Amino acid sequence: MSFRTTLTRWFRSAWPPFVAVLFFLALWEAAVRFFGVESWILPSPGVIAQEASRSADSLWMHTLSTLRLTLIGFVVGSAVGLLVACLLHLLPLLKSALYPLLILSQNVPTIALAPLLMIWFGFGLLPKIIVITLVCFFPVAVSAMDGFAQTDRTMLNYMRMIGAKRIQIFRKLEFPHALPSLFSGLRIAATYSVMGAVIAEWIGAQKGIGYYMILQKSAFRTDRIFAAIAIIVALSLLLFLLVTLVERLVVRGGRRGGHKEGGDPR
Amino acid sequence: MNERNSEDLRIQKTAARADGPVQTSQRKNAETAAGTASAASPAPIKLELSGVQKSFGSRRRPLPVIGGVSLQVREGEFVSLIGPSGSGKSTLFHLIGGLLQPDSGEIRLDGRVINGERGHIGYMPQQPALFPWRTIEENVVLDREVNGIPRRDTLDEARRWMERAGLSGFERAYPHTLSGGMQQRAAFVRALLSPHELMCLDEPFSALDAFTRSEMQTWLLDIWEETRRSVLFVTHHIEEALLLSDTVYVLSGRPSSVLRRIEVPFPRPRREEIAETPEFLALRRELTGLMKEEQRKSRAENGGRAARG
Ligand SMILES: Nc1ncnc2c1ncn2[C@@H]1O[C@H](COP(=O)(O)OP(=O)(O)OP(=O)(O)O)[C@@H](O)[C@H]1O
Ligand SMILES: [Mg+2]
Repeated sequence: MSFRTTLTRWFRSAWPPFVAVLFFLALWEAAVRFFGVESWILPSPGVIAQEASRSADSLWMHTLSTLRLTLIGFVVGSAVGLLVACLLHLLPLLKSALYPLLILSQNVPTIALAPLLMIWFGFGLLPKIIVITLVCFFPVAVSAMDGFAQTDRTMLNYMRMIGAKRIQIFRKLEFPHALPSLFSGLRIAATYSVMGAVIAEWIGAQKGIGYYMILQKSAFRTDRIFAAIAIIVALSLLLFLLVTLVERLVVRGGRRGGHKEGGDPR
Repeated sequence: MNERNSEDLRIQKTAARADGPVQTSQRKNAETAAGTASAASPAPIKLELSGVQKSFGSRRRPLPVIGGVSLQVREGEFVSLIGPSGSGKSTLFHLIGGLLQPDSGEIRLDGRVINGERGHIGYMPQQPALFPWRTIEENVVLDREVNGIPRRDTLDEARRWMERAGLSGFERAYPHTLSGGMQQRAAFVRALLSPHELMCLDEPFSALDAFTRSEMQTWLLDIWEETRRSVLFVTHHIEEALLLSDTVYVLSGRPSSVLRRIEVPFPRPRREEIAETPEFLALRRELTGLMKEEQRKSRAENGGRAARG
């Protein structure tokens, strides 16, 4: 499959939602004008775009800061999630002890821990990364563990029969087998990590989109808040695409996008 | 040890290629002689099962699957197992491969008890079980890789065998782009490249249509007569067993035991045409009768079981 056909195919699947978004924006613009809604309650897309281009410099600065925080948090959180998944999978006793607790821990709203983390670790990078790690880690760990556990029995038996050692089975079979599942977890974690970063910035930061939003909220600059929201959406999308791109490079043999064997209809 | 075996494979192969007809006819004579005076100097025993038993299920309601199986595979011998579905043939392979422990009895390899020990055999499972993220050539060398032989030392030989298996051009393809028959051939080459002398093949041609199947049988016959590995081969197909094997064991239904051991007298190298000889037909008739009887019994048994609860 060449790069160009990939691009064409991508374009073909991308234009319907793109048109839908355009249509929605047009509707929004028309409604705001028709009903004469005040700009501080709901600005029209045109007004938001104008304001965004006017404060582009400051928005860009905050965006970069958030992007950096998100990427660091995402990488750390996913790495921790993957590491925990590997450990629990390779040490079944540990898994039976900790897995139920892990599930239970999801009832604690991670976001609610953020203020506490700020108290303990101050307002630097560390508490923010911890917040993002806490939200990223779970989907990655669970999807990886699921992937490991769902390893094909016949392949597993085959590896055992030919005398593969535990670590060989893990490296040559279970890990590659779990990759599609792992990547669906990473995709979720990618979106979560942007959210985590913004919330961490709400609670305590001197720059970043989250900080910018808090600032504009006190000034009732609805248009700027909308611009910030648009940027958050764009960041999420960007990370999502990044993960998908890496998946394309890493997952082989027609098993992309959650499909097991056999897929790839042509 | 590993190295030695792979060397053997190569030497035997080149020998067979180098002096085609002369050597073959010599071998044929030797075989016929061995066939008539069978006990002259039999090859040493490679694999021996004695009184192997295995039950599944709970202690309260055990399901005896293998009820005492004894059999032998000599070095360089092709041995087939036939038996009704569910008689525990795959389970027997799992026992030999050390995936399961027998409840009683012994499994010996080269005279040594290997109950529950893994990593002594080359194996082809009932489903090809190729790894979808590996290309065909990466799949084919997996057994060697697991046994610590680096990939680059194997790839050349692997490619040669893939060519013999009609897989050339597909070395870099992924399994999902291959037909079922090609996948089975790849799984076979993977077992063939195993550094272990004994190969256990579990119904390698079960998923094929009749025509492809007979093509594959001839192909396997050729390759085996060249390499002369010790083979234990499971099949449902009586003709296939007779065509390929030196010895056929017929298993009963569950709990299985050996009903009959048949030495197949045809000289090697064999041709498909032996299937038309009266001797072959007589053997086939005998085995078919035996199998029909067994199938009927095991169905009645299972029916009774189902009716009871
Ligand atoms: N791990 C297991 N746990 C419980 N029962 C099992 C297990 N493995 C096999 N069995 C049972 O053992 C019996 C024999 O199974 P096996 O797969 O060995 O048969 P088979 O002779 O290979 O059949 P087929 O010719 O259809 O492949 C079956 O009744 C099966 O349900
Ligand atoms: Mg079977």
